[in-house]
Amino acid sequence: MLELALKGSKSYWTWVVALLGVIGVGFLLYLGQLQIGLGITGMSRDVSWGFYIANFTYLVGVAAGGVMVVLPYYLHDYKAYGKVTILGEFLAIAALIMCLLFIIVDLGQPMRGLNVLLYPTTNSVLFYDALVLNGYLLINLVVGWNVLEAERNGVHYQKWLKPIIYLSIPFAVSIHTVTAFLYSGLPGRGFWLTAILAPRFLSSAFAAGPALLVLLCLFIRKTTKFDPGKEQIQSLGLTVAYAICINVFFFLCEIFVAFYSQIPEHMDHIKYLFVGLHGHNALVPFMWTSMGLMVIGIILTVNPITRKNETTLAVACALIIAGTWIDKGLGMISGGFVPNPLHEVNEYAPTLPEIGITVGVYAIGALVLTILYKMAVSVKEEVHG
Amino acid sequence: MKSSRRRFMKLAGIAALGLGAQPAIKAIAPAAGNGPQTQFSQGPNVLTARQWAMVIDTRRFKTTEDLEPMIEACHKLHNVPHFEEKNHEIKWIWETHFHNAFPDSANRFISEEAEHRPYLVLCNHCQNPPCVRACPTKATFKRDSDGVVMMDMHRCIGCRFCMAACPYGSRSFNFVEPLKGLVEKEINLKYPRRMKGVVEKCTFCVERLAEGQMPACVEASGGAIVFGDLEDPESEVRQVLRENFTIRRKQSLGTEPCVYYIV
Repeated sequence: MLELALKGSKSYWTWVVALLGVIGVGFLLYLGQLQIGLGITGMSRDVSWGFYIANFTYLVGVAAGGVMVVLPYYLHDYKAYGKVTILGEFLAIAALIMCLLFIIVDLGQPMRGLNVLLYPTTNSVLFYDALVLNGYLLINLVVGWNVLEAERNGVHYQKWLKPIIYLSIPFAVSIHTVTAFLYSGLPGRGFWLTAILAPRFLSSAFAAGPALLVLLCLFIRKTTKFDPGKEQIQSLGLTVAYAICINVFFFLCEIFVAFYSQIPEHMDHIKYLFVGLHGHNALVPFMWTSMGLMVIGIILTVNPITRKNETTLAVACALIIAGTWIDKGLGMISGGFVPNPLHEVNEYAPTLPEIGITVGVYAIGALVLTILYKMAVSVKEEVHG
Repeated sequence: MKSSRRRFMKLAGIAALGLGAQPAIKAIAPAAGNGPQTQFSQGPNVLTARQWAMVIDTRRFKTTEDLEPMIEACHKLHNVPHFEEKNHEIKWIWETHFHNAFPDSANRFISEEAEHRPYLVLCNHCQNPPCVRACPTKATFKRDSDGVVMMDMHRCIGCRFCMAACPYGSRSFNFVEPLKGLVEKEINLKYPRRMKGVVEKCTFCVERLAEGQMPACVEASGGAIVFGDLEDPESEVRQVLRENFTIRRKQSLGTEPCVYYIV
């Protein structure tokens, strides 16, 4: 099927070459990081995880979000999603590849990465995270590829795939739960030490993932002969609406617990993010922007008039993607590290090379997604067109 | 017929490959008993304990200068690099304020004298260390024999999960080549330097304990820091703990720190 990705228009190839260029620049920057060390980033002994891990966390969410089309189709027999499940699965593959790359670029000694498997440590959440992320990647590759190939050949997919498809549903939940457990099980990090962290991660994932799918569906309809379908896009929009509402609700639960209990260790991080702490307030404008974007997202997706209009739905989805990205990508990780365990405020900001490497990883993801979607759409055009 | 012969050849090939690979697998795979249980022979002067612990008499340190000898002794001995760039900072033992060392016990009004004293902070070698729980490769581990929380610099993958897990900020990461932060002539050749990309911290001077010496900071403290076996009721540490009221950092987290402070 891969040959389908080799036939494309001029703009397709321009896009691919442009991505390769960005990947090249990112790779060169990464070679620099290998040479000099993680000192080229903005991280420090106080904020010891930064942009890489934050984007990793966000993309785990995008990967998990794909389950929002798989679950209704396979468990509830919601037929309309038959057309788009492959898009959800392939999006998950691209997102997971980015996740794994973000972990690798974040390691101080990447060539020792396999130590995680050579010395399996069952008390470390990272060990389980490695297992579920790779497992979910494998599941999506096997399922996505085989189901698409079966569709192309005009036959029903193999019987043995069914249990794996069912397995993919708890796996999707597990990847983001385990990723949340990386943070929420740490004593002395008041911002993350909350049982609602995993549910919060999942709710933002189920908003961001489907929102991205809506945009991708609209893009595919516009640029190819395959129409993912009006009903499908509307159903995804409804999922986004519910998930973003739940996400904001969970966040407000967090605010209540921190500020009604008035326990400083829980309040201080939120204060740092939203009003600044001891005169340090680098993230304040971002966090309020994030909240604003999510609230506008709620208004536009909950209101049936704006949700049913695909233009406003697209705007809402873009706002929600941006809002949840700021929340998780900028606030969630830095916020947990500031103030530090000694209650000192040392802020973090990513450096240019760090951003460059991050963009490079995103470009790899975009390239993988482009190739996979090109395949999927070509098959759909063949079959339905 | 043809297909079964092919199948036989295939199986034979796989079997041969397996046999051929066996010595290689043996060489790579850890032999039985070659795990953390391995016993090394101990030197004649080795100091042993079931759980090493430290008591710092903060009353004896009035000014920053009073703490300098200990910090310097430690950092010199262990080739801890010094960087001007704050983000690259590495420290094993350092000085801080009362409200930073004990953020959950800092009253608004406390003894002025106690508030203005400098406080030494270092790895607490917790009895229930969250860093050890978090490490995905057992590169940081609690030594069974004496409770020291140690680092295997050759196994650490630099994921920094231990740094996120430590509630005391006791761990540092080599963001750049540590040699850049050392003065070539002052390097202690008896203690290994680290490489970039790994995490490091205080080790309670295991290399000195093995030779019958007290940790460097204890030696430099002129008796203000007492070091000994927490599990031995006759040890000096236990005696000091019996006679003085002490506090520990963030005790409520259940990590059971082994560094005590007389305030």
